[in-house]
Order: sequence, then C-alpha cells, then structure tokens
Amino acid sequence: MPLAVHLAALLPLLPADASAHGPALDHHLLLNLWIIFALATLAHILLLTGLALRRATEARHLWSIEFLPLAILAIVFTALAVKAELLWAATRYTGASHEAMQVEVTGLQFAWYFRYPGPDATFGITRPQLASAAEGNPVGIDPSDPHSADDIVTTELVLPAGREIDLRLQAQDVIHGFFVPELRLKQNAIPGESIHIHFTPTTPGTYAILCTQLCGLGHYRMNANLRVLHPGEFQTWIAAKEKAAHP
Amino acid sequence: MTPNPKPSPPDPNPQRAAPYSLLPTPSLLDHHTIGRQYLALALVAVIIGTFLSLLMRIHIVWPEFFRNPPIRPEDYLAIVTLHGTIMLFFVLTTAPQSGFSNLILPAQIGARHMAFPRLNAASFWLTALALIVLLASPLVPGGSAISGWTAYPPLSAVASAGPGQALGMDLWLASIALFSIASTISSINTLVTIVRLRCEGMTWRRLPLTVWGWFTAALISIIAFSVLLAALLLLFCDRHAGTSFFVPTGNLVNGVLHSGGHPGNGSPLLWLHLFWFFGHPEVYIAILPGMGLTSMILANFSHRRVFGYRLMIATTLMIGFLGILLWGHHMFVAGLNPFASTAFSVTTIAIALPASAKVLSWIATTWRSRPRYTSAMLFALGFVSLFVTGGLTGPVLAQPILDEYLHNTMFVVAHFHLIMAIAGIFGLFAATYYWFPLLTATRRRPGRLLSERLGRWHFWLSFIGVYTTFLPMHFTGLAGEPRHYAQLSQIPNAAGRMLAATLPLNRHITYGAIFLASAQILFLVNLARSLRRGDLAPSNPWQSTTLEWHPILHPRAIAAASEQAVAVYRSPCEYRTSHAGEVSFLPQWSEDAATSIKPE
Repeated sequence: MPLAVHLAALLPLLPADASAHGPALDHHLLLNLWIIFALATLAHILLLTGLALRRATEARHLWSIEFLPLAILAIVFTALAVKAELLWAATRYTGASHEAMQVEVTGLQFAWYFRYPGPDATFGITRPQLASAAEGNPVGIDPSDPHSADDIVTTELVLPAGREIDLRLQAQDVIHGFFVPELRLKQNAIPGESIHIHFTPTTPGTYAILCTQLCGLGHYRMNANLRVLHPGEFQTWIAAKEKAAHP
Repeated sequence: MTPNPKPSPPDPNPQRAAPYSLLPTPSLLDHHTIGRQYLALALVAVIIGTFLSLLMRIHIVWPEFFRNPPIRPEDYLAIVTLHGTIMLFFVLTTAPQSGFSNLILPAQIGARHMAFPRLNAASFWLTALALIVLLASPLVPGGSAISGWTAYPPLSAVASAGPGQALGMDLWLASIALFSIASTISSINTLVTIVRLRCEGMTWRRLPLTVWGWFTAALISIIAFSVLLAALLLLFCDRHAGTSFFVPTGNLVNGVLHSGGHPGNGSPLLWLHLFWFFGHPEVYIAILPGMGLTSMILANFSHRRVFGYRLMIATTLMIGFLGILLWGHHMFVAGLNPFASTAFSVTTIAIALPASAKVLSWIATTWRSRPRYTSAMLFALGFVSLFVTGGLTGPVLAQPILDEYLHNTMFVVAHFHLIMAIAGIFGLFAATYYWFPLLTATRRRPGRLLSERLGRWHFWLSFIGVYTTFLPMHFTGLAGEPRHYAQLSQIPNAAGRMLAATLPLNRHITYGAIFLASAQILFLVNLARSLRRGDLAPSNPWQSTTLEWHPILHPRAIAAASEQAVAVYRSPCEYRTSHAGEVSFLPQWSEDAATSIKPE
C-alpha cells in the first residue's frame, strides 16, 4: 500500500512498538505528521510566493481565499478527529475483558511498585498508615486481610505477551505519570483514585517505564523496567515469585 | 509615497473630550509612564527568564557543568518553575497586555488617558511587588517552589513533598495571587477605556485589530484570573487552614499522613480543572495582542487593507470564546473521563478554524504587495511563520489517542514554545521596533528609531535560532523524551538507555538555545544605543493610518494639545494605488471623505 510506505518513512522517529493498539496509533500519528508537514510547507510557499511576485491590486474574494480553504481544512481536521476518536473509544471507552490479567501499579516518590493479586485473584486491602518501603511493605498491604497473604509486590513490571492486561493505577503521595513509550501508553496516577487502563503487550522485550508528571526532585530518575515475556516464561517467573513469597 | 496631511478645522464640540480627566496628571499616573514601567519590568523579567532557560538546557545535557555551586535536581526544578512563572506571567502577559496597551491603546482609540489612572498605577505596583515576592523565593529556607508553573497538588499542597514546597511555595502563591489581582484591575481598566473613551467616529468596526486583541484578551483575562485567584486561595487554605479541597484522605507524602480535613475528601483533579480553566485562556491572553499587531503591521507595510477585516474581528472573538471552552485538553491522560476527552477534543480542534482564517488573511494581505521590509515587518512575518509551524501541532495534540503518546513529552514543549512563547516574543519585538518612537518620546524628548540595520540582523539570527532550537525538540519528543527531566544521563534501567539515545539531538538543541539567546544581545545593544542616540523619528515614520501617530495624540504634544478634539473618519489601513502605481494613504483622522463619519 503506497500510503503505508510513505507513512513508514517517518517511523524511525518513534520507538519500537510492542502493543496491540500501537500500530494503529502510530499510523494515525504519522498520517497527522505528514499532513501538518504538507500544510506548513504550503503556507510558507504561499507566503513567500506572494512576497516575491510583483505588486498587483489587492485581492477581494473572501469566499475563494478564506471560506473555501477553511472548508477543506474543516473536512481534513474532522476526518482526522473522527479517526482519532474511534481509536480512543476502542482503547478507553470500555473496560478490560474479564479474562484480563490484573496488576496494580503504585507510584510514589520516586519509584513504581507493581502488585500481582496471587492465586486468589484478589488484591488485599492497603492502608497508607502501614506503608513503609524500609519495612518491605511499600504499598501498605494490610496483613490482617486474608486476600493479602498471596499478593506479590515487585519493582519491575513483568507481563506475558499476547494477553490483555488490566492495570489499576494509584499514587500514594503526589500525581505521577505512568508512561511506557514502547506500549504507546500514558496515564496519570492520581492520589485518592484508582484509574484502570487496559492493553495487550505483543512483543517480548525489556522496555522503559517513565514518570511523565512532575512529582518532585527525583522525577527524572523515577522509572522501572517492563519485561514482556513469552507466556511460558511468564508462568515460570510468576510461579517462582509465588514460591519465594510462600515457601 | 504621497502622504496627504490636511489641516483639520477646530472641532465645534470640544466638550466631549476627557470625561475622566485628571489635570494635571501626576507623572506616575500617566499611562505612558505606566506603560514604560511595565515594559521595563518585562525586560528585566525576560532577561532573567532567558538566563534560567540556558541553565536548564545546559544542565539537561551536561549535568556536571555546574560544580560550584552545583545545580541539584531540586534546583533544576526550581529553575523550571521560575522560568515558566516569570515568562508566562511577567513577560508574555505583562508586556503586551499591560505594557504596550498602556502606551498605545488610549491614542489608538483617540483618547488621551486610560479610564482609571489610579487603579492603573496600583495595578503596576502590585505587579512589581508580585515579581519581587517571586524573585525573593530562592532566598528563603528550602528555596523556591519546585512544582512548575502549573503547581499540581498534592506536590504543591503539602510542605513535605519536597524542598521549596514550604515557604517557597507560599511565596509563589502570594506572588501569583498579587499578579491575578493586578491583572484583573488592569483588564477592567482596558475594557472600560475601550468601551467608554473611544473618540468620535471610532466605531467598533473601525477599531484597529490591536485594540480588538487587547479587548478580547482583557475579557478572558477577567474570567480566567478570577478563577485562578479563587483556586490559589483554596490551595492556601489546604496548606494552612486545615481544609482539603485538593488532598484526598489517606494521602501519604514523605511520611506525613493526611487524615482528612474539612470539607472531607479532596481531589487533585479539582485543581487541574480550576488551573487549566485559567491556564488555557492565559495562553490566548499572551498571544491575542500579538495576532492583532501582526495584522496591522502586515497591512501597514504592504500598503493594503487587512484582508477580510470583519472576519478578523470575528475570529479574534471566536478564539477568545473557544479559548475558555477547551481547558480539558490538558487532562486527556490526567484522570479526565474518556468521554469528556472527546468533547474537549472537538472544541480544541474547532479553534484551528479561526486560527487558520487568520493565517489565510495574513497571506492574502501580503500577497503580491511588494512590502517594505522594516524590522517590524520582518518580525510580523516571522510571527506568521511561527504561528503556522507551532499552530499545526495543536490539532495533533488535540486528539486524545495521540496525546496518550505525546502528552508531557518535549513535543508539547516545542509546540507551546513556538506558538505561544516565541511567537508572542516576536510580536513584542515587532511592537518594539514599530512603536519605539512613541516609547521614547516624552514631552521634553523627541521620539527615536531603533537601528534598522541591527534590527534586520537581530531578526534573521533570532529566526534561525528559533527553528534550530525548537524544531529538533519535536523529534526528541516523538522519541519519548519527557519534560521536566533534570538530566538524561546516569539514569538506570531501560529508561536510561532510551533517554541517552536522545542526547546527541539534545546537545544540538542546547547549542541552538545558546545561539538564540546570544542573538538577543543585538537587541539589547540596539535598545541601549537608540534610547539616547537613535535617529530622530519623523512624526509618522511608517506612514501608519492608526491614531497613535496622530500629531496631537503624540506623547510629545499630548499635554499642549489637550483641548483639541480628535475624530475618526475611516477604517484603519486605507491605502490607495493610483494608475501610475503611486501609493497614498489616508490616516483614520483624515477627513478627506468627511461624509463617511458615523458617530455612534
């Protein structure tokens, strides 16, 4: 498809894409970039041509000079907006499916923590009074809750490729921005709220998780690794974690 | 060029002049003086702000460059906060909306003073106090605030959230609260002046587009700054009065637990809504006067009417109106309901249409006009270029699915610097080169011109510097580089590898920024030299048609001619080309075609 070839010329600008919704997003982004590049070039050419040509009487045709180009621009922007909203609706208007794997993400100054609910598939209750990284309980899991015992807390996010993930984003202290460039995923974590996002990682590899909301002096170094594993490797990893937690 | 001066007969009804007249006007209440004070304040602020931006650019790529004293990560964020706050409030709001409007607006509508001289002076001194409070904040224990110009809570609400978030943050709040009050007063003054003090014949349709820019900016200023002031007070109460508007119960910051207050469980999202309800109109406040001035300068030096004048008035108002309806696009991935994102996306993309209409009009105005390339004209053309380049990334960022990738990356930084910051600054440069004769003229001293030769060098070096600095920033943003990062090296994990990959381009951006800042020395030299020794300006050096160049409204003549009435007979920018190709112009005060008077 020639359009796709042209779009792809700009693809090296973006990091590798490792999520199911990513390629459509990239395609739309690159289409946008080509269109605005063309419009910017056109505007500059028109401006410079007008300046270079010899003087003539001034233009008077409001319809052809203003309203016709505006109508074309309106159509272009409407088309882009409709496409963008369809993509947005597909990823954000509905929640994750029931089969999605649950992981909780907690942002705090200046680290990300990830919690897996364990075999009971239910997260234990957390209480901020109990949170203490020094005591090995950074997210404040309440041990008196029966669901807490099998919860696993990690400092890297490990996910199986090809399975839908339902992330529950939280922040303990200030607003943090959960950003995974390779998954084309970004969502702020807000204190006092649980925000869900869902996605499917596709390509195994190690990717960066950054913080994109100014959160204090360690903002620039607040990051974690995301490791996307083959499903088999993931089972081995989670089993080892569960065993280490409850020998 | 054949100017057509024509002596006006004395007005038979002089009693209409100056209903609010204060005679004699003490010099500190004179609007020229207040305008110059604002501009001097903005000049100090922009020098500090630019210096801070260089510190940031150098620290991002060479964090070890500063050793004694070192710039720690918290210092970096304090610099980010000061840079944003100083530039947005004390340069881009103050200089166009208070500085040049005081200096030029009254004359441009045929008035001899602003409506409320005392409030006007009070507003300036409050602004000066606000800047002093802000600049004092690095000196207090903990230093200045580190939460950026957007001051998102709980980072800004809880003193334990970081150095600078105690007394430094209180000073930031105090400074911006003072600024909000000053800005509201100044906007009321601007609005009343435009509504009440227009001279005879100055109908709404004949108002220069600069006045429409100031008018629209003042309207949204009142709406925006009053909401900001309320938000600042709520945040202050959260910090010191035990309320919790913005902090949820159970919030744990650095070992300090927020156990709830009155009224109960707060949400940081409330601040985001209130702040951006102010923050987005704020960027239009910064740029609307520049848009108006660009239209007038392009027409002036092209010797043309502004193409589609009425449409330009309409688009100015539309941009102002839409500007208060799209704050949510700052929150697509910040916790806004995804359905609301769609709504805000529509209002945001809609603003591309009035903005595009302006660009089309600017191209049509200069089309085949063979303009005069003065420094002011070059900066106005530069404004158009930056407005196009920076503006087109707006609709991209307005699509939530794309913002999901681009939000808070350097792509956004490139976007708003081109469209708002640098375009705004180019507007200010155009204004300075254009109005320098009126800026320098007083009752005792003649007006002077800035050096055009230095001005052209200044333009071309700045123009190259701007694109060298901000175009590559789009690409580091597309590569995923987030904003507000103190450094890109010595960072662990996969993130470290990703960020280090952007370093070569980032070094290039830093070189560009240093080049761009150095080019501004030419401007400072030009200012210093021309203030005393610049060429003497003729009474209407640019063959302008608007009233600020009226001989009896000139700062030199204004006191002596205070009894003479001023009247307007035509729209601005009336230029005529004879069959022989000779261009003549008809100033608004020329009564060549006296039948066209339409008194309101």
